[in-house]
Amino acid sequence: MIAGWLYPLALLGCALGPAVIILLLGREQVALRNLVNLAGAAIKLLLVGATLWGVYQGQTYGLRLPLGAGLELQLQIDALSLLFVTLSALLWFVTTVYAIAYLKDDGEQRRFFAFFSLCVAATVGIALAGNLLTFFLFYELLTLSTLPLVVHKGDEKAMAAGRTYLRYTLGGSALLLLGILWLEALAGSGSFLEPPLGMVALAQERPMLLVAVFALLVSGLAVKAAMVPLHGWLPAAMVAPAPVSALLHAVAVVKAGAFGIVRIVFDLYGVALTAELGLGLPLAAAASVTILLGSLIALQQQEIKRRLAYSTISQVSYIMLGAALLSPLALVGCLVHLVHQGIMKITLFFCAGVLEKSLGVTRVEQLDGVGPRLPLTMLAFSVGALGMIGVPPIAGFVSKWYLGLGALQAGQDWVILVLAGSSLLNAAYFLPLLYRAWFRPPRQSWPEPAAGTRWEAPVWLVLPAIFTALAAIGAGLFAAFPASPLEWARLIVEREYGTP
Amino acid sequence: MTLPFSGSEAVLPPALLLPLLIVLPALLAALLLLPGRWSLRLVPAAAVLLVGLVLAALFAAVAESGRVTAALGGWEAPLGITLRADGPALAFLLLTALVMAAILLYAAGEGRERREARILGTLLLFLWAGLNAVFLSHDLFNLYVALEIAGLSGVALVALAGGATALRAQMRYLLFATLGSLLYLLGVALLYAELGVLDLGLVAERVERSPPALVALALMTLGLLLKAAIWPLHFWLPPAHASAPPPVSAALSALVVKAALYLLVRLWFDVLPGLPTEAAWQLLGVLGAVAVIWGSLLALRQERLKLMIAYSTVAQLGYMLFLFPLARPGSPVAAEAWQGGLLQMLSHGLAKASMFLAAGAIVAALGSDRRAALAGGSRRVPLPLFALALVGLSILGLPPSGGFLAKWLLLRAALEVGQWWLALVMLLGGLLAAAYLLRFLLPAFRPVPVGEAAARIPSGAAGAAALGLALLSVALGLGAAPILALLAEAAP
Repeated sequence: MIAGWLYPLALLGCALGPAVIILLLGREQVALRNLVNLAGAAIKLLLVGATLWGVYQGQTYGLRLPLGAGLELQLQIDALSLLFVTLSALLWFVTTVYAIAYLKDDGEQRRFFAFFSLCVAATVGIALAGNLLTFFLFYELLTLSTLPLVVHKGDEKAMAAGRTYLRYTLGGSALLLLGILWLEALAGSGSFLEPPLGMVALAQERPMLLVAVFALLVSGLAVKAAMVPLHGWLPAAMVAPAPVSALLHAVAVVKAGAFGIVRIVFDLYGVALTAELGLGLPLAAAASVTILLGSLIALQQQEIKRRLAYSTISQVSYIMLGAALLSPLALVGCLVHLVHQGIMKITLFFCAGVLEKSLGVTRVEQLDGVGPRLPLTMLAFSVGALGMIGVPPIAGFVSKWYLGLGALQAGQDWVILVLAGSSLLNAAYFLPLLYRAWFRPPRQSWPEPAAGTRWEAPVWLVLPAIFTALAAIGAGLFAAFPASPLEWARLIVEREYGTP
Repeated sequence: MTLPFSGSEAVLPPALLLPLLIVLPALLAALLLLPGRWSLRLVPAAAVLLVGLVLAALFAAVAESGRVTAALGGWEAPLGITLRADGPALAFLLLTALVMAAILLYAAGEGRERREARILGTLLLFLWAGLNAVFLSHDLFNLYVALEIAGLSGVALVALAGGATALRAQMRYLLFATLGSLLYLLGVALLYAELGVLDLGLVAERVERSPPALVALALMTLGLLLKAAIWPLHFWLPPAHASAPPPVSAALSALVVKAALYLLVRLWFDVLPGLPTEAAWQLLGVLGAVAVIWGSLLALRQERLKLMIAYSTVAQLGYMLFLFPLARPGSPVAAEAWQGGLLQMLSHGLAKASMFLAAGAIVAALGSDRRAALAGGSRRVPLPLFALALVGLSILGLPPSGGFLAKWLLLRAALEVGQWWLALVMLLGGLLAAAYLLRFLLPAFRPVPVGEAAARIPSGAAGAAALGLALLSVALGLGAAPILALLAEAAP
């Protein structure tokens, strides 16, 4: 049996180690680099498995590192952090396989994979952070380690996107930092397990201050979560290579922001205090606006990746919507969507990458008749798209179902209209893609696949997409099984807030 | 605190360690003048090793008894000369040793012509002796002498670059450094005439709020602000620091300005804390705030890497002045602001030295420090650029780095006492720092310009020195506990 404090360290090390080793390896040592990368991702999966079992049994794992002057770093594995870690571990492995194939001919692979691993390590750190200081540390590590990935191509457009990305995210970080320190100054320091002692008294004496702090924290985090009107960096960041977009949209940057907001609502303020301060409704309203506006803008995009980007803006806000409704079933919906959105969105981006790489298809109108040429890819794409719309039995349906039930439970019936409207819009911007791909005749003859392969496109680009598409179906179909994301989300809500 | 050296007091009495820290570098500097190639390699290595050993022993002694005092020749103050090391002094001695080690490593790898290398090494060791004397002296006049040794070594070092621009910068530097010392000396003379003592402890005991004492404090403060290049007295710094050879820029920006600032902190907090009015404490904070914004904005306009780094020093020095309004006697957040302010000085020392050494390595490899020349840098000079990016964390105040912890403590302290404007200046300063650093770091991701070799240019000892300090500045963010404990010992 490994000592409990080793688990969080080992989970971090699985991604941090490869990042350092890759930087030390030579540019030409491709095989070794890929081996290190995949080994790290595989070991992490095993570790996650072991930890999942432990946490399911009621274990907690933690680690504290005092920094002096009363500050300390805290890593903490609880059910909520594990939800995020599992998602990132699984998708990291798949994305690494995909990225190795995607960047086969790229000259800067070493730099790419080093920062890619660093990015994943930061995500794990965010999930495991036990207090705000630790959270901020990894949140910023994520900001910075993503930058080289965004500007990877090195052309003028990539540079401009990098600058935009930083302008938004660092601005958000400043707000977040101000919120964190203001809270510490007002209420003393605390952790997610034991929120600052002064908060209860403060809520009674000067509740407006806590509201202001909440606004600072959430608006800082909302930049990464790409909530309207702080979303401008996300479509710009689309210039990054496809595996980066996949990771950014599914587990890394966008999710980090959403996860942060979930932490604030669930653990720092707590459901009761959030409700008492009346913070739920404004957040729900902001999330609803983002959901609808994101979809409306997506409708106008003719570039596939940009359409997907605005779709992310809309879909990620479901997480915030669930958190803001504060009823147990809505919280389940919020948590389960954190996972489901990741699986479905990464499928879509994998497929967009295949389209671009093998056929040069980047725009909506080029999709005509692409289905028969790339049947497996477009099948996976269709699963992702239908899931986003909320068609059962794909994962997205489960999320929306619980969010809807949660809205009713919370007595916020208007949310149903938002959900229905959003589903209509989702259908309006996804179905034409599927229609073009499957039912329209091709505009030109497609280039043939490389000689000597039975696959429609490079196999290691197609297989990850199929895998995540199957996972999206599985998560929906087997939602009632004990190991499903849904059951885990229920476990979290049950443990911390009584039976949903 | 148990260290491998904790038994060494038995060999050397702790009081003997203090003069050794000043005498050792000075003596070794003389050895460098001996002919032969061996001395150029051996002497700097010996200096680092010996001072390192003495510091380790001193660390053990300070950890045990809090402070170590040495009365030279057995004469107590007011007759004799006293040296004293407490927690903060020790922290600054350590910083100086680490930065000097990196600088000497860099200089050893530079391949300078032998006579020049000898002069550089000698002056650097003299500078080291002078700096150690500033941190250890416990007497107003000796502090003047120590500052002069450090300051004049600095002026001579700036001159090593040669060329008309450097000469002009050097003259300006000499002029204002001397003016600063003169103002300080005037203040010392006034105090001595009033009190008849120079020992810091005795001055603190006897001083009363009187016009001469206030004038003396004002003069000393003005002189030290000038030497520390605090806005609006900063104008001499950027040209001097940017035109000097890289190891010299590193020493000046990381250590020499810090020495003057350290002395200012000592004066205000330990020696004459009763003299300044509330407004005066606040005024220093205002100067710091303007320095942060002004320096950052000017850094944002530079097209040359070294000038950007120099203006960044002007900005970063500003944060250190926030110590005065936040940690002033009676402030409820004095302890955390004190630790934050001093930690900012230490981590900026590591970071800025690393930046100048990295810039030196980049210039040596690419032939220029213009922004345009950095295109493709991540491929050609990955090591120095990586160092630059790492210490960028500390300058920006992002984790994990010493600069992050320091700014965290200062910002929280500012919010706790409701000094919102200081908090906002700090955040704005961080964002501006991100902007001016990334203007130089982002081009590194561009492709290598057509017609130039894309191969990596090894940076050797220079890269290693820069990266070593950069890693230390990150480590300071994760392992600050013992350093913060040292700083807390003398908290107001």
